[in-house]
Amino acid sequence: MFKKGGKLIFLAILIVVLLVVNLLLGSVKIPVADVLSILFGERSNEIFSNIILKSRLPQALVAIVAGAGLAVSGLQMQTVFRNPLAGPSVLGISNGASLGVAIIVLMSGSLAGISLSRMGYVGDAAISVAAIIGSLAVMALIVWVARKVKGNVTLLIIGVMIGYLVTAIVGVLKFFSAEEDIKAYVVWGLGSFARVSGDQMLLFTGMMLVLLPLSFLLVKTLNLMLLGDDYARNLGLNVSRARTLVILNSSVLVAIVTAYCGPIMFIGLAVPHLCRAIFKTSDHRILVPGTILTGAALALLCSLVARMPGFEGALPVNSVTALIGAPVIASVIFKRRKDDVRE
Amino acid sequence: MSENNQTIRLENLSIGYFGKKGKKEVARGISANLYAGELTCLIGPNGIGKSTLMRTICAFQQKLGGKILIEGRELSEYQDKELSKKIGVVLTHRPQIQNMSVEELVSLGRSPYTGFWGKLEKKDKKIVEEAISLIGIENLKDRMIQNLSDGERQKVMIAKAIAQQTPIICLDEPTAFLDFPSKIETMQLLQRLCRDKGKTIFLSTHDLELALQIADRIWLMQKVQDRNRSTWHSQSHNLDDGSNYFSQSHNSDDSSNNLSQSQNSDDSPIQNENSTAKLTIGTPEEVAKSGALSAFIERKGITFDSDQLRVKINR
Repeated sequence: MFKKGGKLIFLAILIVVLLVVNLLLGSVKIPVADVLSILFGERSNEIFSNIILKSRLPQALVAIVAGAGLAVSGLQMQTVFRNPLAGPSVLGISNGASLGVAIIVLMSGSLAGISLSRMGYVGDAAISVAAIIGSLAVMALIVWVARKVKGNVTLLIIGVMIGYLVTAIVGVLKFFSAEEDIKAYVVWGLGSFARVSGDQMLLFTGMMLVLLPLSFLLVKTLNLMLLGDDYARNLGLNVSRARTLVILNSSVLVAIVTAYCGPIMFIGLAVPHLCRAIFKTSDHRILVPGTILTGAALALLCSLVARMPGFEGALPVNSVTALIGAPVIASVIFKRRKDDVRE
Repeated sequence: MSENNQTIRLENLSIGYFGKKGKKEVARGISANLYAGELTCLIGPNGIGKSTLMRTICAFQQKLGGKILIEGRELSEYQDKELSKKIGVVLTHRPQIQNMSVEELVSLGRSPYTGFWGKLEKKDKKIVEEAISLIGIENLKDRMIQNLSDGERQKVMIAKAIAQQTPIICLDEPTAFLDFPSKIETMQLLQRLCRDKGKTIFLSTHDLELALQIADRIWLMQKVQDRNRSTWHSQSHNLDDGSNYFSQSHNSDDSSNNLSQSQNSDDSPIQNENSTAKLTIGTPEEVAKSGALSAFIERKGITFDSDQLRVKINR
């Protein structure tokens, strides 16, 4: 227990270190002393403080909460479906977000004749709202289905099918859209922690800081679900209600993150595996805080790489998450398998 | 056997499934009791509905009709949480869990009693420890579930049910997949729990001779065979001593549930025109004497010795 607590503390420290490095590094060189003084309220250098407070700090904070949300959402999905390949995107929730965005970005151009991609702030807000509506609509559908069907696998397959369906609709929409709008949609689809700024950033982090602690309420539920439906029910769990609650919590997290950052792949799928390997447990009392911290740390690392000198912030987060994440996770899991064999 | 020991009572129970085209009945008219301190084994051919009966009693699936009384109260009136303190289950299939220690799994048996975080109090920890030592798996405590043998894992699941502190434990084929010594060991363990702890233990099994040797009571579930119908009637009379015995215990019960005794003794446990399965109940000797076991087991080359309770293979 203490050993696991120690690992959690180490992760927390790692996050702080990565946060500082995120503030220090970037395409514009800002001396360490200046960064610190800006953080403590010094406003002597207008340009530097603008870069730190309006770009780097919001981006890092967004990465932290987005990473945490995606990771814990992935953990919940994997447990509820007892499927290691489940992730936040598996039920089509993020596809729902894409559909919402596609409708508003692509349709506004071809129907109303205004291009959202040229509308700046208003356009961004509209995209976020559309994404949330889209993903919540798919989520409502999934929750409705979840109450009708018994088997987890059936639900999973239906979720994947809904995902395909939604993607197909997006494809049709694209076909009828102006090139400029399609580009705006594709850029949104690449994912970014940098898009959220100002008041929206506060709203986003605020919502996530309310939602993330809610996932702790489901810890015992998730532990019981590990045993399978029958054992869980016998230990007093209302299985179908529990399943709905977990899917609801997980989906809302994904919906909000996707709305503000675009569909970010990989973190939600991989971090739970990474955590199980690090903590060597399936106890969600450890795994939930563990995935939240690991997800935040990994997202910060990816955000850092995406802004490395030379890339100039142009590298899409989705490519980075997979480029860094995939080898790390593959090696960790490979190592764990070897340990298992030796045991 | 006094009615005080009666923990589960089935009255004219019908079991089966709710399908798209209405109900599919597996068995009906089941009236029987389970008693504290007794090991009851449910036997019968594959597909006859043993698991359905088991799952219905554990509230995993809905009954089609009749009554299930757990300690005098209708099963469907129990909240999930309340029921989890009455019936503990052990299932056949292996839970697919990685990286959970034996101790952690047994601790999950305390879930009905713990708060939202699932934290064990001192008392809970003691109960978990006692359950582990009662089953004799102290040496496995820190092992991971995925590294256990089938026999060891089954013991862990039984320890979980002990930690759950339920008066009733239902086990669905707990001895399937076990090697022979482990089968016997598991059955002995369960018998000990009945004797020493006064648990009501109800299990389904295909290990017939083992069940006959160790069970206090046998529930034999089998198909109603039309061509044997007349034979069954006479045999059922033979068993009626046992059945009457149940009826009497019904009589001495509180008569709050207005059940016609005569009808009950007619239905119980045999003879129903439309029924697809019937139940023969009694001590191993009684069931053997009734001829029901011979009808279940005997076919060309196989005979059943109802005095020795042995299956003989004619070579």
